[in-house]
Amino acid sequence: MSRWKPFWELSICRFREFMREPEVIFWVFVFPLLLAVGLGIAFRDRPPEKTFVAVINQSGAATLAEQLNRSGNVQAEILSAGQAHNALRLGKVAIVVVPGTPVQYQFDRMRPDSLLARSILDMVLQRAAGRKDPVSTSDQIIVEPGARYIDFLIPGLLGMNLMGGGMWGVGYVIVDMRIKKLLKRMMATPMRRSDFMLAMIFSRLVFMIAEVFLLLTFGWLAFGMIIRGSISSIVVVGLLGSMCFAGMGLLVASRAQKIETVSGLMNLVMLPMYVLSGVFFSSERFPKIFQPFIHALPLTALNDAFRSVILEGSSLVSQAGELATMTAWGLVSFLLALRWFRWN
Amino acid sequence: MPPCLRLSPGFLAYAKMTHMTLAIRCKDLYKRYDNKVDAVNGLNLEVRTGECFGLLGPNGAGKTTTIEILEGLLVPTRGEVEILERTWGRHDRQLREELGISLQETKLPEKLTVGEVLSLFRSFYQNGRDPMAVMDLVELTEKRDTWVNKLSGGQRQRLAVACALVGDPRILFLDEPTTGLDPQSRRQLWDIVRHFKQKNGTILLTTHYMDEAERLCDRVAIVDHGKVIALGSPAEMIAALGGEHVIEFALENFNGCESLARRLAETASVKAVRTEGEGFALHVREPHLAIPSLIALLQETGNSLARLTTRHASLEDVFVKLTGRHLRDE
Repeated sequence: MSRWKPFWELSICRFREFMREPEVIFWVFVFPLLLAVGLGIAFRDRPPEKTFVAVINQSGAATLAEQLNRSGNVQAEILSAGQAHNALRLGKVAIVVVPGTPVQYQFDRMRPDSLLARSILDMVLQRAAGRKDPVSTSDQIIVEPGARYIDFLIPGLLGMNLMGGGMWGVGYVIVDMRIKKLLKRMMATPMRRSDFMLAMIFSRLVFMIAEVFLLLTFGWLAFGMIIRGSISSIVVVGLLGSMCFAGMGLLVASRAQKIETVSGLMNLVMLPMYVLSGVFFSSERFPKIFQPFIHALPLTALNDAFRSVILEGSSLVSQAGELATMTAWGLVSFLLALRWFRWN
Repeated sequence: MPPCLRLSPGFLAYAKMTHMTLAIRCKDLYKRYDNKVDAVNGLNLEVRTGECFGLLGPNGAGKTTTIEILEGLLVPTRGEVEILERTWGRHDRQLREELGISLQETKLPEKLTVGEVLSLFRSFYQNGRDPMAVMDLVELTEKRDTWVNKLSGGQRQRLAVACALVGDPRILFLDEPTTGLDPQSRRQLWDIVRHFKQKNGTILLTTHYMDEAERLCDRVAIVDHGKVIALGSPAEMIAALGGEHVIEFALENFNGCESLARRLAETASVKAVRTEGEGFALHVREPHLAIPSLIALLQETGNSLARLTTRHASLEDVFVKLTGRHLRDE
């Protein structure tokens, strides 16, 4: 037998087992696409929505509502005070207007749509009353691929998928083999432990390339996503990301004796990153004091690097910090895993 | 050659006689789990090259712990182990190349085929056997392209043994190879073991089936509470009971009479008497002499038989005699 025969056999067996699990194929390859389609449709670019307004039914209401509706972007409705406040509470209208002198706006200042409605209404009413704007302005509308939600989303889904793939594809699989005493059985052969570990990691790399290719091609075909970065840079980022999470998967699986234990540990690791690391929305939205912590997370680094490389065509050098963060997480996890790993 | 390395012919002959014919040797083996129980408690064992050796004992006797220490999968608390004149911790890779192991419960990858599992295991060994030939030997050639999860219990067990054979081992370790199998599957497995032995292979197996040990093993060590309590060939051990036949009987309305037991012991050809639940078991050399005398004795004492059976003595009787318990009580 040649030196690398066991490694190849182990890798090929991993691929076969993977391809023969329909559920795994669904979660790894189909689910991210469904998520992209669902979110892509929900947050697609739409014509500006009308501002819904309730005008309280008292003298002057009809005139006021007519003035507002004439502006085109406002949909005003005359309601009783009770109905109007109910509609505001339920989010059917963004603001309630009380006719009179002065005209009164009633709204919740924590709601962004209400704030916007207030400024639109005020502008419409002032202009209707004859206000002249001293500065002349003009608008030019630009829709640039790369700035849409779907463009933001797909690199995030890619990062999330590589995290899930590394954790489940390594962590879960190893604990399952430990429970079935397969690890112990392999230890009873002359198999090199390093061949086993390398085959685990190698299979993750191959799946990573398939996952990246599938999601990016899908984004390009279905949403006209423009990929500015080079394929090789994207693959390098994916490579470091999947290595990092394969290492973390190995670590959570290093001692666990039960599927429940490893599932719990994986959720403990992954859930905070799903929320914090900017998969579905930018991690910049979290308060400033959390930012150093959030930026130290491996998924944040992976998502940021993917977005820069894919959407902006940034060089790998400009992503050195992110790449270093992933390498550090991967390396430390891998070394700890080697130290703690139990074969039986 | 420097003089100090020149060995005398006498020494070589001695070494050959004692050591080199031994495939497995362990001495004063102890294994304690978490400072609680001594699973193995001072166990000594010598398995000769080319023999089939059985560790027979009830569940929890320490058989699996012992075999896993010998396989190098567990580290003993203390004691010496020598396999093919090598020791674990120093010659692991060479030893792994020469041992074939079937663990008590291994679930091989469910979604790989028989052929794929065998070539995976074959790849781990420098020198092994052709997976097709091994598949043929364990009668799984027809199942070559069948996934493991579609195999019956017996087929899975044969595949597990095939994974041990595919490295062309010198010693085969089988931990409870036939537990839970139907009679036909057990016989198929015994044939595989016999075939391996014919090719000069050494086998160490554990079992709690006395019939398996009797049919398969050249020598048996009966293990209880982590110690060897009896050692020898099955025939020797049974012969040591005194009588090779056992007469078991129960009486109607028997009221536990001490004197009956004493008089039974004096009956013709009876070598030993023990009470067995509501009845008696007699170890007998010649049943045709013992039974008439027994009937006569019962008539004389006014007892009538509820049942009577005779059978050959087995290793089970050896175990009962040594421990007062049955193998499968636990």
